[in-house]
Amino acid sequence: MNDLMSVVDWSRAQFALTAMFHWVFVPLTLGLSVIVAIMETIYYRSRSQRWLAITKFWMSLFGINFAVGVATGIILEFEFGANWSNYSWFVGDIFGAPLAIEGLFAFFMESTFIAVMFFGWTKVSRRFHLAATWLTAIGASISALWILIANGWMQYPVGMKFDPAQMRNVMDNFWDVALSPVAIHKFFHAVFSGWALAGVFVIGVSCWFLYKKRNPEMARDSIKVGGWVGLAGMLLTMWSGDSSALDVARVQPMKLAAMEGLYDGSCGQEIVAFGILNPDKKPGDDKAPYLFDVSIPYGLSFLATHDPHAFVPGINDLIDGIEMTPAGDTVRTVSYAGRIELGRRAHEALRAFDAASARSDSAAMASAAAELEANYPYFGYGYLDSPQEAVPPVALTFYSFHIMVILGGYLLLFMLAAVWIACRRPQWLANRMVAWVGMLTIPVVYVCSQAGWVTAEVGRQPWIIQNIMPCKAAISDISAADVQLTFWMFAIVFTAFLAAEVGIMLKAVSKGSKKDYSSIKD
Amino acid sequence: MQQLEYLQNYWWLLVAVLGAALVFLLFVQGGQTMLLERMSDLRRSMMVNALGRKWELTFTTLVVFGGAFFASFPLFYSTSFGGAYWLWMLILFSFILQAVSYEFRSKSGNIFGTGTYDLFLFINGSVGCILLGVAVGMMFFGAQFEVTRTNLLDGASPVISRWASTHGLEAIADWRCLVLGVAVLFLARTQASLYFLSAIGGDRQFADSQRRSVLVNGAVFVVFFLLFLFLLLTADGVSADGVMKWTPNKYLWNFIDLWPVAILFLLGVVAVLWGVLGTALFARFKGGIWYSGIGTVMVVIALFCVAGYNSTAYYPSLIDVSSSLTIRNSSSSLFTLTVMSWVSVITPVVIAYIAYVWRKMDAGRITPREMEESSHKY
Repeated sequence: MNDLMSVVDWSRAQFALTAMFHWVFVPLTLGLSVIVAIMETIYYRSRSQRWLAITKFWMSLFGINFAVGVATGIILEFEFGANWSNYSWFVGDIFGAPLAIEGLFAFFMESTFIAVMFFGWTKVSRRFHLAATWLTAIGASISALWILIANGWMQYPVGMKFDPAQMRNVMDNFWDVALSPVAIHKFFHAVFSGWALAGVFVIGVSCWFLYKKRNPEMARDSIKVGGWVGLAGMLLTMWSGDSSALDVARVQPMKLAAMEGLYDGSCGQEIVAFGILNPDKKPGDDKAPYLFDVSIPYGLSFLATHDPHAFVPGINDLIDGIEMTPAGDTVRTVSYAGRIELGRRAHEALRAFDAASARSDSAAMASAAAELEANYPYFGYGYLDSPQEAVPPVALTFYSFHIMVILGGYLLLFMLAAVWIACRRPQWLANRMVAWVGMLTIPVVYVCSQAGWVTAEVGRQPWIIQNIMPCKAAISDISAADVQLTFWMFAIVFTAFLAAEVGIMLKAVSKGSKKDYSSIKD
Repeated sequence: MQQLEYLQNYWWLLVAVLGAALVFLLFVQGGQTMLLERMSDLRRSMMVNALGRKWELTFTTLVVFGGAFFASFPLFYSTSFGGAYWLWMLILFSFILQAVSYEFRSKSGNIFGTGTYDLFLFINGSVGCILLGVAVGMMFFGAQFEVTRTNLLDGASPVISRWASTHGLEAIADWRCLVLGVAVLFLARTQASLYFLSAIGGDRQFADSQRRSVLVNGAVFVVFFLLFLFLLLTADGVSADGVMKWTPNKYLWNFIDLWPVAILFLLGVVAVLWGVLGTALFARFKGGIWYSGIGTVMVVIALFCVAGYNSTAYYPSLIDVSSSLTIRNSSSSLFTLTVMSWVSVITPVVIAYIAYVWRKMDAGRITPREMEESSHKY
């Protein structure tokens, strides 16, 4: 059992490592592809050679970033089979489809048209090239759509039923899977946050041009395009984040409770704007949950339901089976101890079904199937040893959520200021302090972006499929030592490539800044 | 039930087509194994740029092949990837190296230097081809796994597919699988030379050296391919007619029973040989890559057909024959296969736009002059 948990933890760590590295590169691909497409559209409409040069500069940075995103992406797909083989069988009938569709619809589009983007300037018409650039951007977003449909399904499994004869889940409604609100909101949240990140990236790099007093006009034009895309991205990220929060409150209330470090919920629940958790606090004890906190009255109730007086359950409430309805009313459901019991009953029923099937006893099969169906919503709880095991790591979830929200607020102000200064007060761009703020915001947006994913993925632990399968039942039959070794191999290779990418980016930015864009005749 | 079987057959064919396309596109990897040979920087640059404009297509095909296998035969995905862990991890590592090497190799600030990235490309080309061949070899010569679905209910050890503790390393040590791996490598090298001949112009000496390369690599490929064929036709396979059991010369019988597949296979072999010999022997011969490429696709499709059709286990278990995977016991449900079949209708559109774009992009050959003038090159 110890080795089992060790394999689970190392497999989690490896997947987290790959996903976090992947998410360093992907949001920039999503956003910068749109920014580059807009710049090329300006060139196409104006025929300005200066805008062509600006487009090519940002396109070169896009290309450098794109490669590592591709490399880490393939690992993620195959890690589902390699590290989570039980999962791949248990829900492969549902989960495999979005991955295959992503490949067919998005990857071929991206890989075909990105080649036109980089090598097609003299081989295809201007119009065709512009179309290829937009199709690359669209392909990247379609790719994100299908992977987030898959991810959304893990957090809110719909459109399926359990087939006891095959001991796995099978899809019974494709549209429920593809159009799940959780998936769609996650898609918008992820893609628009990519726009925001790319906007900050473009502003930050342009600020470096300004700091060095090189090509101020080109930098200002870039800030305008990047700033507007970033601002739109930030506003839409907040809108989709609000929708995602409603989803989390509805389908993953334990995640919401962990995000807020909320143990005992109430009506008109306040939200912690800033706080420090009590590290000794455990579910069920009487200790104070925070060492220090600054809270906003009614905030969490409003965030979770849009009703400031609604009840929001805490971790202790959920363990006791107290939840809220979509209308925000308190409702008593099955306690987690009860769910574990019902989950084990579901396991027993499946065993009985299998035994009855072996002796072709139809009546016993039907009886076992009925028992299984009644208790299947708690199937995953049958693997847990205690109710506390269903509580995610509260501190990591709480802090990552608050880092995301606080930095997100800063980024909105930053983006508003950047657009306003670039459009109304361009002379302020010559100020070195302004340039420093622009440059230093690049690491801020990456931290914010990573914190969002940590919130989403750590907050749903221990589940790989919400309520249906915990991570510890989803693993492969490999030793912890095997996974440790591949973990470190990945860590070294990814870090080396990240360092190389940063090195290449810095050189490319430096080289690009030395080119005189103002001398290019339109 | 009949509809399910029809869809299982259809999806096995689609997986075969994707696998065949992947093997053809491995010419990119084959070309990468030539980059460390002694040559001028300009010539190396032309080779890298010719390959670099296609690497993403190979990479994408690999990803889609994996995705299609996952969606249509999830038990294979679960069993093979989770079981032959090291084999697949080594394949993946080699492909990570490839993904960044093209973009980074000639960029200043790349930390490790151009030579390191060329070495990475060489590793991906050689290790990737051989190990993919080994992975496919297990589909004929068997693998060390067993599947027990009721393990799912064992809280202490819930994994349903279990593999020998060597986790795929034993397959790399299986000389029969290695024979296929080496054959794949030399096929890829042969096709890389054929591709260079069609994609790179303006260098007569280079063209002559590539014709010699086609002949040498083609000859080595033929030797290993014939050895693989002999091993295949004399190998036992698992019949899945009711009860799973080992059957002598199963693949030979499959070729006889599925005679149209045998014809496809023979036509494919002839096409490959014609592409190779025609290019090597006749200086004016054009289009060797197309004969060889189409032939490769036909041969690989035929091999997938004899692996999976005619009540054959396409993934025989050497530990527990009843655990062997067939296209019947490892597939997705009727509903999912139906949905995915509707999705697959888009495939001709995808192929059409890829063909249209590449027709435009490949209108002219890469030349020394283009390399000197190009603003974006690898």
